[in-house]
Amino acid sequence: MTGAMHLVLVIEDDAAIRGVLRALLESEGFRVAEAGGAVRGLLDARAQRPDLLLVDLGLPDGDGVTVIRRLREWSPVPILVLSARTSEPQKLAAFEAGADDYVTKPFSPPELLARVRAALRRGAQGSQSGHEIALGDTRIDVSRRHARNAAGEIHLTPLEYRVLECLNRQAGLIVTQRQLLKEVWGPNHLEDSRGLRVCIKNLRSKLEPQPQRPVYIVTEPGLGYRLRLNE
Amino acid sequence: MAEARPDPDTLLAQVQAQEARAQRGRLRIFFGASAGVGKTYAMLEAARAARAAGRDVVVGYVELHGRAETEALLEGLPRLPALAVRYRGLVRQEFDLDAALRRRPGIVLVDELAHSNLIGGEPAMRHPKRWQDVEELLEAGISVWTTVNVQHLESLNDLVTQMTGAQQRETLPDHVFDEADEVELIDLPPEDLLARLHAGKVYVHDAVASAVDRFFKVPNLMALREMALRRVAHRVETAARASAGAGTGSGRRPRLPGERVLVATGPDRQSEQLIRAGKRLADALDAQWTVVYVETPALLKLSEAQRNRRIDLLRLGESLGAETVTIDGPTATEALEQYARTRNATRVIVGAPKRLGLKALVRPSAVTELARRARGYDVIIIAPPESAPADGSSAHGRPDNRPRQIRWARYAGATAISAVGTAAAFAMYPHFELVNLVMVYLLGATISGLRLGRGPSVLTTVLNVAAFDFCFVPPRFTFAVSDAQYLVTFAVMLIVGLISATLMASVRQQTRVAGARERRTALLYAMSRELAATRGTRQLATVAVRHVAEVFQSKATVILPDAEGRLQMPRDPPVEQSLRAPDLAIAQWVADHGREAGRDTDTLPASPALYVPLGDAARRLGVLAVHPDNPRRVSLPEQRHLLETFAGQIGVALERAQLAERTEAVRLDAERESVRNTLLASISHDFRTPLAAIAGAGATLAAHGATLDDATRQALARSVETKALEMSELINNVLDLMRFETGRVPLRRDWQDLADLIQVAERGFGERLRGYQVETRMSERLPPVYVDATLVVKLFANLLDNVVKHTPCGTRVLISAVHDGAEVLVTVDDTGPGLPPGDPARLFDKFQRGSNEGTSVGVGLGLAICRAIVREHGTDITATTRPGGGARFQFALPSEAAAGTTQASAGNSHEP
Repeated sequence: MTGAMHLVLVIEDDAAIRGVLRALLESEGFRVAEAGGAVRGLLDARAQRPDLLLVDLGLPDGDGVTVIRRLREWSPVPILVLSARTSEPQKLAAFEAGADDYVTKPFSPPELLARVRAALRRGAQGSQSGHEIALGDTRIDVSRRHARNAAGEIHLTPLEYRVLECLNRQAGLIVTQRQLLKEVWGPNHLEDSRGLRVCIKNLRSKLEPQPQRPVYIVTEPGLGYRLRLNE
Repeated sequence: MAEARPDPDTLLAQVQAQEARAQRGRLRIFFGASAGVGKTYAMLEAARAARAAGRDVVVGYVELHGRAETEALLEGLPRLPALAVRYRGLVRQEFDLDAALRRRPGIVLVDELAHSNLIGGEPAMRHPKRWQDVEELLEAGISVWTTVNVQHLESLNDLVTQMTGAQQRETLPDHVFDEADEVELIDLPPEDLLARLHAGKVYVHDAVASAVDRFFKVPNLMALREMALRRVAHRVETAARASAGAGTGSGRRPRLPGERVLVATGPDRQSEQLIRAGKRLADALDAQWTVVYVETPALLKLSEAQRNRRIDLLRLGESLGAETVTIDGPTATEALEQYARTRNATRVIVGAPKRLGLKALVRPSAVTELARRARGYDVIIIAPPESAPADGSSAHGRPDNRPRQIRWARYAGATAISAVGTAAAFAMYPHFELVNLVMVYLLGATISGLRLGRGPSVLTTVLNVAAFDFCFVPPRFTFAVSDAQYLVTFAVMLIVGLISATLMASVRQQTRVAGARERRTALLYAMSRELAATRGTRQLATVAVRHVAEVFQSKATVILPDAEGRLQMPRDPPVEQSLRAPDLAIAQWVADHGREAGRDTDTLPASPALYVPLGDAARRLGVLAVHPDNPRRVSLPEQRHLLETFAGQIGVALERAQLAERTEAVRLDAERESVRNTLLASISHDFRTPLAAIAGAGATLAAHGATLDDATRQALARSVETKALEMSELINNVLDLMRFETGRVPLRRDWQDLADLIQVAERGFGERLRGYQVETRMSERLPPVYVDATLVVKLFANLLDNVVKHTPCGTRVLISAVHDGAEVLVTVDDTGPGLPPGDPARLFDKFQRGSNEGTSVGVGLGLAICRAIVREHGTDITATTRPGGGARFQFALPSEAAAGTTQASAGNSHEP
């Protein structure tokens, strides 16, 4: 499933980075459009209807977070932030605005490509989000509340199913702690991070081959969690 | 030599005074003998002329009183809107000072300089008197034109009242008039004025016709005219003398040597009259003059209200240009006599003696006594005005305002003493002569005088005489006296008793005065001592507030300025009695002008609190705001004086603290600067190395890419990548450390699974940890830690990085954690070569590297960051040698039991 037809719009003011991104993405079979600023980027997003956006936060003619918020007013297109801003509050602000994932500069090319693919997958699935999750040899059917692996059936609590469902809806992308708490525990339990920790720990011990070294349910410190599916 | 050179401070003061005068606006007064002479008219005409000449003239406030000709003159002159002040449902027009200050015209016209502003209305006016508004305008560099009637001058006030029978309520301190830059006399012969009055062209306040008739009579008007003319003539003469003096360089004509007028005042009603008389005499003599308030033990018995008159009197004296002083002594005569001699007074003004007839013969009054003793000065006795009683009985009406029951208790005590004395006398009667019994009674009377005061001791004496007569003088148990010689005994008993009572009462009073003084000194000393032992302005403010609140039974607060001199509302009220909402605007005014404001002052007297500046206007150390629970606590003269002394002490302490803080800040700056320089020097080296590799590899690829073989190209490209990542890591470390050092990094704490954070840190290493065996050992039931996830991941990453950099491949790392009370204790052991020699604590300093410098990469910032992170979490990190070799790093992270306290301080951060 190479994205032969996928168009990626890069909104980034630094021409060198745009060049690197173009080379990297085109070598992987994507089509690339470039915009050097926020205004240009918003126009191009409307005109060219890209399948994915790569947005820098520090733009010369506007803030990237604003660009994301404006885009989200009319489009569900996957948005990936590529920024040198590293503090958690800045990242969370981008997620609040509607970003799907966040890659910090300097970035590792394989990592970026993996995130791009995950974001495109989320975009392709849209609302129909897969019922069955495959983690290694474990198969989980979230709609029928059923999980099993080679060793047999695995018992998950309803809460664990809902956490997994929430992570799976944006599989491969970051789900913020706030989003998880809000969707699973409810908006009145945004402080209940200890419950979430316990739940994640239990999920890992049931689903990860090595719970101490998780490979599927990955912690993004300061932000939230990411569900990594089989590549 | 030294005298020949002018003192630089004096020179500076002169220059500053000249500058101040140059910047100050000019005051021009249109001066008249009475209402209706055409002052306002003349002022407006002059204003039109000035405006025609192109000057920026604005009408600030003019009383029109519906006079058409005056109103016509206003045409074409810009006017400031009047300030509408609401007061008990009424709206009155007042001059808007702030509007004028905002508008900043060249000249502003403000009618009726002696006018009293409406106090207690809404919005509150800043000053009670219009001339104070004008002073502020002048200070702001705005020139003011105004009008004054002669009867409004303070020193002439009582003369005018006596002459015309009309009491003047609105008065103007003479110094304002004397210091005016220009005075223009508007003169109108009395006949013309009366003609104008009858033609209805003169506005008279809503006074009744009879009063008007009494006032506007030719003799009155002639007298007022004469006063006005004389006053102006006096000004002209003074100016002429001043300019003559300026020619010789002295600046002012030297006063006649030795001429000094002393005005002796007391709580009686005549004092105001004496002060005004003193002013006139001093003016006529061109002498310096002093208003003296004499405090005697007897006066201490007066009611508070009467004693409070002292402030008013001294203030009146000051407003008329006198020096004021309070002296005390056993008797008024003695104190005054001594003071007059030490100050070389030439004339002493006193009121008419109050004792008349027989009493005056028995004990001469203070005045008579003073006149008798006078040496080297004249005593001028001023007759009381006919209307006012010389010394009303009301003046000595209530001698004491102590609670009634205390006085009754004293009289009961007096009776008891008498009874005890009688009992003792009964016991002695069979064995002693009657003379000795008299002695017992006298002892009782003396004790009563010493302990209970004058009234009770008189009672004791009378009871003693009665009891002695009744019980012991034959015939016993009757009041009859058989032997006439006992009448002498009674008389002597009475006289001795009364004398001792009076003496003792006076001793008691003096003790009380001395005691009060001593207490004040002790209070001041207590605060000074504590202030001296306190560091830091905020702490000083706390100490000062506590003392002031205690001593003056008030809510108090010290308002400190920020770096720009703007006062800041105290963020955390230093103590709970603190004033919650002192009006910052008033406080700012006080700080800017270096003058007091609020209750019992000339500025915003309706405010409930008193604002005292700390330090002068130039230094602006802060403002002490005092809101007394009991108004007397600060309005009494002694208390007020004490408060000012307190403020002085606080000011000195604050200045000392500010200096110390400034010095400390400079020192810290220098220290930070040197650290920054070391850091810069160190990292610039560490940046250049990878940059050189990147630039070199890039250039080689660009120039010779085509000719190089694939493997070389690959290697060069890889080195660009790794060196760039290395630099990125370095930058991150430097940035982190700078964030920790420049200020507090807000911790985003949340409950975290420690094992999870460690594995995240490990995962970040990827391939670099290959060859090292990292093992995590901790209980399944280890409670979550309450930490900032990102920082703790960074902490473990730096510790692991340290292992990778300083130990050979194959080294084993063991990370273990145990729950220990409110913390989780973490130990990171390795089996490497162990710590370098030297103090292990120094490992955590910046730029410290292990032994193998050169081969390892990066500035030694990793462990410094570790320590910063751990310290941010409120604990510390140690490095030791592991038993059995290798290094051991140990630190604690807050956990379960600490949750209660840490959560409160964690604020709103609740992300992982």
